[in-house]
Amino acid sequence: MLKRTPLYQTHRDMGAKMVDFGGWEMPLHYGSQIEEHHQVRRDAGMFDVSHMRVVDVEGAEARDFLRILLANNIDKLTLPGKALYSCLLHEDGGVLDDLIVYFLSEDWFRIVINAATAEKDIAWMLKQRDTRAPALKITPRPDLAMIAVQGPNARAKVWQALPGSQTSTQALVLFQAHVMPPWFFARTGYTGEDGFEIMLPAPDAAALWLALAAADVKPVGLGARDTLRLEAGMSLYGQDMDEATSPLEAGLAWTVDLQSPRDFIGKAALLANPPQRQLVGLLLEQGGVLRAHQVVHTALGDGEITSGSFSPTLNRSIALARVPLGIQTGATTEVEIRGKRLQAKVVKYPFVRHGKPCYSEI
Amino acid sequence: MTIPADLKYTASHEWVRREADGSMTVGITDAAQQMLGDLVYVEPPAAGRQLAVGEECAVVESVKSASDVYAPLAGKVTAANVELSGAPQLINQDAYGAWIFRIMPDNPADFDTLLDAAGYQAVVDAEGH
Repeated sequence: MLKRTPLYQTHRDMGAKMVDFGGWEMPLHYGSQIEEHHQVRRDAGMFDVSHMRVVDVEGAEARDFLRILLANNIDKLTLPGKALYSCLLHEDGGVLDDLIVYFLSEDWFRIVINAATAEKDIAWMLKQRDTRAPALKITPRPDLAMIAVQGPNARAKVWQALPGSQTSTQALVLFQAHVMPPWFFARTGYTGEDGFEIMLPAPDAAALWLALAAADVKPVGLGARDTLRLEAGMSLYGQDMDEATSPLEAGLAWTVDLQSPRDFIGKAALLANPPQRQLVGLLLEQGGVLRAHQVVHTALGDGEITSGSFSPTLNRSIALARVPLGIQTGATTEVEIRGKRLQAKVVKYPFVRHGKPCYSEI
Repeated sequence: MTIPADLKYTASHEWVRREADGSMTVGITDAAQQMLGDLVYVEPPAAGRQLAVGEECAVVESVKSASDVYAPLAGKVTAANVELSGAPQLINQDAYGAWIFRIMPDNPADFDTLLDAAGYQAVVDAEGH
């Protein structure tokens, strides 16, 4: 039996095509995935991301615990509400998950983890808690729903749908959250556009969704969520990295703090195993579609596409690929598609931010 | 979802129309385009290529996935719809207008062995679309 979010029936009512996504019955699209993609780049769209798991970490030892649990440095968070993107690493340096952590107060941090990895992550956190910070409270919050509203007009439309929310959220900077118990507004997302991710009690989710629809925010499925995040150059756990991948070979070195003297789980393994491969962007130079697992032939050996699709904004195919270290931006590679080799150029991603192409070929 | 009564079909979701000159026009059905979602790339067979029945001869790719198109009957490709290379979404807009290729069949009687609309409807029903 697939799990369902509090918005399941609302999606059906809006004509969604539902699919199995990591054990959850989720909307793939509501008609046209490409239209939904453009809607987010040009105006505002909303996503049900209630399958993702919120976990509250509470107690005096919270920061000390996160300092060792996370590969990114929690001490970068000094302003209340600010968020940090980080990997959760295994001792061997493999990526257990990627997550967002919000600093709400010295004794309350809120973490958002992926749906498919939630049970594994929580078991890992509890195990680490038991030996390192037994008094710490770690509370999964399946009672919360989450709706992401993204796009250049997203914030204005949220304020239109929820007039009471404007005063307390209009001063939020990027990657900052505000708690309005029992609601939570964060200026974060997974699309490369401005907007909010709103956490709220599950029974309130359908009313918010309908209020946003009334403010002309269109529903967007997981299909467009994937092309939006790929254009924005954001990693997808299980595809671009997993337990067998070092974050240093997944384009995530910027999130791993190896400079400070701070120790963290996985640090020793990362220092002992310098990266041999790198994640790069690819642009297909002709018709066709790059897909995950296609082989990439380069001058320094073979690599593999980790995420590939059609970019509706660029109107051509793009991909993230793991290739040997030393392959430079601007190099030409050959991707094997159905027995043929098609040329793809190595580019610096992200491909698109704030509605505009932004990749670099040099 | 529509299944015009004047066309023939395959269980692999191609439609076939017999033209006045004896050639056969081939595309994918409305049910197929609905399953695939937004199409972003179409690769038709080259004109002149000889096809065996059931042979993989074209590819249609949606944002989600790539799918093969199979030759509904044996014969030689006489034309490909070049309009689709710049506008694959035409198939989503009108699956029975946006043909993919034309074929001159080796044996014109093969046309009669294809599924009629009722037969194809049964295939779609059985697959649960």
